[in-house]
Amino acid sequence: MLKCRTVWKKLAPLARASSTVCRQNVRRTGLTSSRIPACVPVAHMSTGPAGGGRENQLYILLVGAACVGGAIYTYRTVKGDSQRYQDRIEEISSRSYKRATAEPATPIQSEPSVILEPEPEAAPSLEPEAAPSLEPEAAPSLESEAAPSPEEPSPPAPDAEVAVPETTELPPGGPAPDSLKVPSHTPYLLIGGGTASFAAARSIRARDPGAKVLIVTDESDPPYMRPPLSKELWFSDDPSVTETLRFKQWNGKERSIYFQPPSFYINAEELNGAENGGVAVLTGKKVVHMDVRGNKIKLDDDTEISYDKCLIATGGVPRNLQVIERAGEEVMKKTTLFRKIEDFKSLDKVSRNVKSITIIGGGFLGSELACALGRRSTEYDLEVVQMFPEKGNMGKVLPEYLSNWTTEKVKSEGVKVISEALVKSVVCKDDKLEIKLKDGRLVKTDHIVAAVGLEPNVDLAKSAGLEVDSDFGGFRVNAELQARSNIWVAGDAACFYDIRLGRRRVEHHDHAVVSGRLAGENMTGANKPYWHQSMFWSDLGPDVGYEAIGIVDSSLPTVGVFAKATAKDTPKAATEKSGTGIRSESETEDTATSPVASLTLAPTVEQHQDEYGKGVIFYLRDKVVVGIILWNVFNRMPIARKIIKDGEEHADLNEVAKLFNIHDD
Amino acid sequence: MSYCKQEGKDRIIFVTKEDHEAPSNAELIADDPNDPYEEQGLILPNGDINWNCPCLGGMASGPCGSQFKEAFSCFHYSKEEVKGSECIDNFRNMQECMQRYPELYPQEEDKESSQAEASSSSVSAAPTEGSALPPETDSTPATSTSDSTSLIDNQTAS
Repeated sequence: MLKCRTVWKKLAPLARASSTVCRQNVRRTGLTSSRIPACVPVAHMSTGPAGGGRENQLYILLVGAACVGGAIYTYRTVKGDSQRYQDRIEEISSRSYKRATAEPATPIQSEPSVILEPEPEAAPSLEPEAAPSLEPEAAPSLESEAAPSPEEPSPPAPDAEVAVPETTELPPGGPAPDSLKVPSHTPYLLIGGGTASFAAARSIRARDPGAKVLIVTDESDPPYMRPPLSKELWFSDDPSVTETLRFKQWNGKERSIYFQPPSFYINAEELNGAENGGVAVLTGKKVVHMDVRGNKIKLDDDTEISYDKCLIATGGVPRNLQVIERAGEEVMKKTTLFRKIEDFKSLDKVSRNVKSITIIGGGFLGSELACALGRRSTEYDLEVVQMFPEKGNMGKVLPEYLSNWTTEKVKSEGVKVISEALVKSVVCKDDKLEIKLKDGRLVKTDHIVAAVGLEPNVDLAKSAGLEVDSDFGGFRVNAELQARSNIWVAGDAACFYDIRLGRRRVEHHDHAVVSGRLAGENMTGANKPYWHQSMFWSDLGPDVGYEAIGIVDSSLPTVGVFAKATAKDTPKAATEKSGTGIRSESETEDTATSPVASLTLAPTVEQHQDEYGKGVIFYLRDKVVVGIILWNVFNRMPIARKIIKDGEEHADLNEVAKLFNIHDD
Repeated sequence: MSYCKQEGKDRIIFVTKEDHEAPSNAELIADDPNDPYEEQGLILPNGDINWNCPCLGGMASGPCGSQFKEAFSCFHYSKEEVKGSECIDNFRNMQECMQRYPELYPQEEDKESSQAEASSSSVSAAPTEGSALPPETDSTPATSTSDSTSLIDNQTAS
């Protein structure tokens, strides 16, 4: 403080001097015409020559010191940051070698490279193996633009240009497709053969007459729906269900999990010649490389297919627990990561042959499988255990009181629930698996089902130079599901911007249908954003069923409005009444009804203290309803959708709850 | 009587039927029927057919999609006294195509895929034989008379 004052005292006269000189200069430069020179000497007199010299020296010294200090600081910051950046790159590259699946671009994206040019896309191209020419240094990001784009005289604008040169590094190789089967060009290419892809195919065909659509999937099955794999198929009476994959709906009609029978699709080789177009499915082929600039992809057998419009609907791969991965092959052989038809088949077989199955994971899939297997436990003398780190089933979705209530229901389905369980290690001993928990408990079982989440499949992000979201995972796309010109992403793999609810990534069936359909519409020129909110549902036993919409996260404040349930409020009754199939409203076909199975196995329903029999639960974010669960209340989804769409603040949510008429059937 | 309890950040309200008898005073924003973002029903605001309507199922996108579109369009825009009477050929084409894919278009009396044409069923009075177009109610195209077996997007304009 004092120093400042002394310094100021010394500088003040100088300041005054310079300010007066400035003023005089201004006047001199022509604002007034007369008498100026007279003023000038006055200023100078206030500082004598000797004092002026010393003052000047001090002044120069101080300014000089400041400059040098500033320069040193800048230099060190920049150096330190580039060093930090280097370290981070190394860490990430070493990490990417450890991980089974290649996910190179993801972590780097988030790195706010302190680099002076804000070019986040520059980051993925700085992968160690990929771009040796690019230097991870502060300034030369400019150079890096020039270097790897030899073909194009560096266009100033697109940042993505930096990432794109990736693709040119790979040899164009024998572009001629070696097999006659596969067309070398298709107007519409859909990568991935799941729900989103099929919905897009249908949408494209509906809007573009005679469209030729090629679906490429690495699975061996044509597109099918997943919900029955953990619900309806388990309740089927048919012993050959694992072959037919058909399930009976409540109106007696059967349907297959396949969206369409094989005759719906045309053969890939006939696609180009088809007069009215069609949908062709190429199974057992994986897309390994995507050339965005050249608008073409390469399959694992080196076939190249070029496209006009492309949809990426690669879905995801089930996550595994690290403890299981590290536990060795013996343990892995007795572990199921449940997602596909073959997983259903193998788990069905296992469940008939073992004495005990443990499901790790307390979310949708884990709980549904637990209930399905629990239903079988009486038939097959099977012990079903479910363990998860949360306090209750659906702990991340339902508010605590409801999660606890649901857990009791799951237990009554014949499941042994172990909550607050963190798996420490798994070993295989005497042909049995021993799961040791962090709190010391030991669980012995024959088989493990890991339902601990989904890892979105973004393998193509690197070659395609597409952005991957760091918060939610998946490909980052805009509100119209577009990643780049001619490339859209839908389904589980899409992290999109929801105009109402913000950026998110949704892993539900109806979302796959809605987003797939929207992507198809936009691929045919609709330019519509994601607006129709998708819903999801789950059933846990015959007494607990709910439909939900929006953001349903148990960490949000909730308001639940409940009534007492009557016997009529069960999922089974609901579907019988409405005759609707899968409760997905975007489904186009008649589809399966609720999973509730034969009455013979109905567990003894104790409606004793059914406090949470039926009701509506609102999830709030900043006082606005962003999510709604309809708890054992069915066929009211349009109202819920409307409330979310409005995005209004409602003072009394009880009044809003009245709109649902929860007491009525 | 209703009562309320609070568990941390979660509020729980229990209501009886009487509590909810009074009409709600919650305000909802009026919908714009011409909102381009919204899902449309079978008929778009400008009068065109929405081929992407979930209510049509796979009719417009399958192997017989183009025949179906022609037939249905012809019917929709028909201004004849007997609506669609000039569309016989189109419907015949469609039926022939469908007969080639019995798996996709089952030929029973009340098959679901015919529901979408139920609205065009007045043509069935004409000599199209076979069960492809069972005479159902003579409804306007705006409301798809598909019965509950096919899911209609709840925002179908009607």
